Amino acid sequence: MSEVLANTSKGHIEVRNFSLAYETIEGPVQAVTDTQIHVKPGEFVSIVGPSGCGKSTLLNAVAGFLKPTTGIVTVDGDRVNGPSAERGMVFQQYSLFPWKTVRENVEFGLKMRGMPRSQRERAARTLLGLAGLEAFEKHYPEKLSGGMKQRVGIVRALATGPKVLLLDEPFGALDAQTRVIMQQILTNMWQRLKISVLFVTHDIDEAIFLSDRVYCMTARPGSIKAEIPIPLERPRQQAMMMSSEFLALRRGLMSLIREESLKAMGGEINDMGMQGLNIELHGHSLADVI
Amino acid sequence: MPATAIAEAGPAPAATPPATPASFGTLTLRWYRLNQGRLRATAIGIASLIAFLLVWHLLTTYRVVFFVRFTNVPSPLAVYASFTTAIHDPKFLMHILLSCRRIFIGFSLAAIVGVPLGLIMGRFKLAHEVIFPVAEVLRPIPAIAWVPMAIMLWPTNEQSIVFITFLGSFFPILVNTLHGMSLVDPVLVRAAQCLGARERSIFREVYFPASLPHIFTGLTVGMGVAWVSLIAAEMISGQYGIGYFTWEAYSLVQYADIALGMIAIGVLGLGSSLLIRGMGQLVMPWRST
Repeated sequence: MSEVLANTSKGHIEVRNFSLAYETIEGPVQAVTDTQIHVKPGEFVSIVGPSGCGKSTLLNAVAGFLKPTTGIVTVDGDRVNGPSAERGMVFQQYSLFPWKTVRENVEFGLKMRGMPRSQRERAARTLLGLAGLEAFEKHYPEKLSGGMKQRVGIVRALATGPKVLLLDEPFGALDAQTRVIMQQILTNMWQRLKISVLFVTHDIDEAIFLSDRVYCMTARPGSIKAEIPIPLERPRQQAMMMSSEFLALRRGLMSLIREESLKAMGGEINDMGMQGLNIELHGHSLADVI
Repeated sequence: MPATAIAEAGPAPAATPPATPASFGTLTLRWYRLNQGRLRATAIGIASLIAFLLVWHLLTTYRVVFFVRFTNVPSPLAVYASFTTAIHDPKFLMHILLSCRRIFIGFSLAAIVGVPLGLIMGRFKLAHEVIFPVAEVLRPIPAIAWVPMAIMLWPTNEQSIVFITFLGSFFPILVNTLHGMSLVDPVLVRAAQCLGARERSIFREVYFPASLPHIFTGLTVGMGVAWVSLIAAEMISGQYGIGYFTWEAYSLVQYADIALGMIAIGVLGLGSSLLIRGMGQLVMPWRST
């Protein structure tokens, strides 16, 4: 593999005593509070939680787009002060540059670093080859399917050889089959590159299937509710998703998230009430019940 | 696992040539089926133009008076006759050339000033806060209303006409560039930032190309307004130019030349906006299908 991807075991992410509040007219709104997380070099860590719990906020703070209100974010001991090529990011909306071809998109980070054209072209081709996209190097992103776009997004983020890779619900907009393939591709790349990954998702299966460890967040204001190690062996296969070990992990995470989702939806809907509604609805239409 | 083995299923968007070699007949048929819509539009377009000429011919030949008076309106044939003499007349060609030169200078200046100013105003709050109020006050003033002021401001007639043309196209270009800047997707800016792009690169690699479609909208609109302003200015204060030619034809009771001047203006306007559109396709290859 080319020198672009050279990466020693670096990429230790530390988030300590972290909180983040937005200013609004009614005063500050706490998005994330009292949070500690870490990612060890080469580790794959996911953050799951109910929608609006601040998991993306946390990720954006690690990327350097948001400043913590209190606490500190460090990567290998250096404080995060703003976005940098050291922390590659993959977005849900792909965010490829529409005016650049696939290869030019992948080259972008290398160009910013001042790498000469011929060298970065070669590097981009190698990387696109790894993702099975060499045939599409001259295409504009608009012409690609969602899965292809996101493969380009991942390759582009990896091209500069970042210490860590941050992914914000990267497969959220993809259909189920493509999603599974993308998870395999991501796992492959991660294992080859030995890079640290922080992955935000609301898909529990995805989090378990991919991760070494999963953080589960509480409803807003978000904080860490639980930290779940995933002891499943690697390489992981699709079949593992049916194993009792996987299903037990899934059940555990499900109930944690369910609790928080209900909290997020408001105090009046409690768990018992929901169960009652389910039983009453069984076999009846909603109109019958009411 | 090799990455290629898990490439997505489904039809790839890459163009694959048809496997079976097709005969000339089937190729023609296929071409016809693919371009049916466009052929139809072209055919109807030509028919509609012919109908327009025919109606014009009938209205003028029979000197119809029905609210509007076609008594003195030249017929298409008369206009064609004056066209055949005009194209051999160096004076007529000079009128056209001078108008084109004024458009070229006025419009180019407007683009050279308007686009960068819009980009800077879109990126830097202070520039926006300082320049925008002035622009908003000046913008509603039609370029023609500037004619007396322009004559006072500029030492020569030529300069004041170019200035009017500049003003006409300047504001559409500025406003559209500004609009394009305001619509730049912030996620793309973030993507560039975490690939190591600094301010200058973000401006060049993200803001500018992202605004290009709107910049070209501004240029197209600006070109249209440039012609409007130019013709008005030439009619009022010109000595040469196609607008002056048209007005002079009226004064000299050469009615066929009025229509000829009008048609020339129309063709020049159309040609220049096609030019802009062509440039747009050249500069934005990702937009063409």
